[in-house]
Amino acid sequence: MEKMPHWADIVLIPLISLLLAAFLSALVILAIGENPWTAFKLMVDGALMRSAGWGYTLYYATNFMFTGLAVSVAFHARMFNIGGEGQAMLGGLGVAYICLFIPWPHWSLALLGASVGAAAFGAFWALIPAYLQAKRGSHIVITTIMFNFIAAAVLNYILVNVLRPPRSMDPATAKFPEATHLPTFRDMFSTAENIMFRGAPANVTFFLAIAACVLVWYLIWRTRLGYEIRAFGFSESGAKYAGISPVRITIIAMVISGALAGMMSVNTTMGESERLILNSTEGAGFIGIAVALMGRNHPFGVFLAAILFGFLYQGGAELALWTDIPRELIVVIQALVILFTGALDNMVRMPLEKLFMALRKGDA
Amino acid sequence: MDFVTLLQVLDSTVRLATPLLLACLAGLFSERAGIFDIGLEGKMLAAAFFSAAIAYMSGNVWLGLLAGIGASMALSLLHGLASIQFRGNQLISGVAINFLAAGITVLVAEDWFSQGGRTPSLQGAARFDPIMLPFAETLQSVPVLGPIYYELISGHSILVYIAFAMVPLTWWVLFRTRFGLRLRAVGENPAAVDTAGVSVIGLRYAAVMICGVLCGIAGAYLATSLQAGFVKDMSAGRGFIALAALIFAKWRPWHALGTCLLFGLFQVVELRPDVIETMLGVKVQVQFLSALPYILTVVILAGFVGKAIPPRAGGEPYVKER
Repeated sequence: MEKMPHWADIVLIPLISLLLAAFLSALVILAIGENPWTAFKLMVDGALMRSAGWGYTLYYATNFMFTGLAVSVAFHARMFNIGGEGQAMLGGLGVAYICLFIPWPHWSLALLGASVGAAAFGAFWALIPAYLQAKRGSHIVITTIMFNFIAAAVLNYILVNVLRPPRSMDPATAKFPEATHLPTFRDMFSTAENIMFRGAPANVTFFLAIAACVLVWYLIWRTRLGYEIRAFGFSESGAKYAGISPVRITIIAMVISGALAGMMSVNTTMGESERLILNSTEGAGFIGIAVALMGRNHPFGVFLAAILFGFLYQGGAELALWTDIPRELIVVIQALVILFTGALDNMVRMPLEKLFMALRKGDA
Repeated sequence: MDFVTLLQVLDSTVRLATPLLLACLAGLFSERAGIFDIGLEGKMLAAAFFSAAIAYMSGNVWLGLLAGIGASMALSLLHGLASIQFRGNQLISGVAINFLAAGITVLVAEDWFSQGGRTPSLQGAARFDPIMLPFAETLQSVPVLGPIYYELISGHSILVYIAFAMVPLTWWVLFRTRFGLRLRAVGENPAAVDTAGVSVIGLRYAAVMICGVLCGIAGAYLATSLQAGFVKDMSAGRGFIALAALIFAKWRPWHALGTCLLFGLFQVVELRPDVIETMLGVKVQVQFLSALPYILTVVILAGFVGKAIPPRAGGEPYVKER
């Protein structure tokens, strides 16, 4: 018999963890001499009460959906892909090559091409650690951490020495051609008299991210491959006994994970900056960890958690603008979410399980 | 390349290897006891900030060092709580600690000093001064050995000497004491240790706390000795280089010394690529040098050159049999 009902596992525990994180963050805000309630209202005002705020919130959420899905697909195969950051950097390189060197007639085709490029480059960067894990037994976490740093060096080298336009001091590529510019929410939703999402970077990639959520859901719960990935994650020896090859699943799950992480850069590089800059990922690869944990590795959970973190990011920027609270507050909140939903999961879970057991005894 | 430049390069190598070495030995204690620690970076960063902040406010660098060690140990305790007590995922806990430190240091620095996430620069007694070893001045004129003694061996801060002294000490504790034997056993086969009537939880906590002390010294060294004050993200990936060094050294203290010196040398050359150019006559890409420790670690981890085998019970929480 289950120790507690399923809904408690997927709703109650993340909710309590989130409340704990929010409570501690409020204490932090109090400790630095600001009022947590006014801070929260400022965040809501800035991120959710105007369409431009939503435009930023959903822009960040798009990044986090891709990286959150990336982490969760690897989690399903019981692997911790900490290398989303590096895979996204390489994905950016893929986007840049596709956009700069292929003359695209229309943005929709360019989007398709850039997505394939980003996914391929990201997948490649995950393939090497996956291969080393599957064939040589080197720990995936350590190799993916190392690959983040190697990716940063590779990107730095290519931007400084290869793709930087002549006479430019900035370590960045040239601006992508006009035809590859993606329509923003403003282009899509504004009418002549009513301009929506003014100046916000949210763009059509958001819908790509939603499609990715649906596809990942379908893959994990409705296909044979998804079943094999989950079975492998549940019990490696059991999966082996059922004839599932650990090498194959390790590599496939990581390649999918890397491809998803890489596709994040379609949003940042093609949708927002419209050129590849050195720090386009801005730590989104790591936020994917928090998003996946919070979303309980389910695409719908990831979707919600990504929007929550998008709100936190945009709200945090507003706070930094209007108060003395620096943006790093968000990093603290992110750390607390990872801590409570990931590492201290049992601290929340054990008392709850006891509670439900006691309740059940009371009924019987 | 002349003799003086060589000495300068080696001298900088020692300086830059010191934080790596301390963090690497810190990780060694933790991982030998079966607790993976990717939060070395965060602990160093927190220690760097709190040591600089307290040293600045009290004007006493020793108080700063204590504060740094305290901050680092607090994070260690958190890691212990998550990975030993609540049997959580040690890697996720490490990630959380890194972010916590990155965020909280800037937040508190802004609140205390309002200087954009840094501390005011430290002067006088708020910093560790270089120590002149005896006769360094007088022996300087002795050919070859004199300059080596004066430039390379003498003239570092006390923390550098502590770091180097930690290598034999770590070796002795781990391989020549009863505590060390138990600590290593708990990383390989905790059930056996438990059967012998020794507390697995106690040993693992001890290892994690020692890790906190060493990371604390490493962070304090960064902010009060190598540089004069804290700046945002000043650990700059050193915790991960130390982690790489730990794997490269295959979890052994003397090898850790060699690896940290090697990775320290990479950092020096990265700062001064001209040295290599004049010495070997080839131009080296700085980006390649910065990635080299990580590439080497991946290669060694993959077992293409030797084989790095981590402690067997590493990363797994111990559940007592009932």
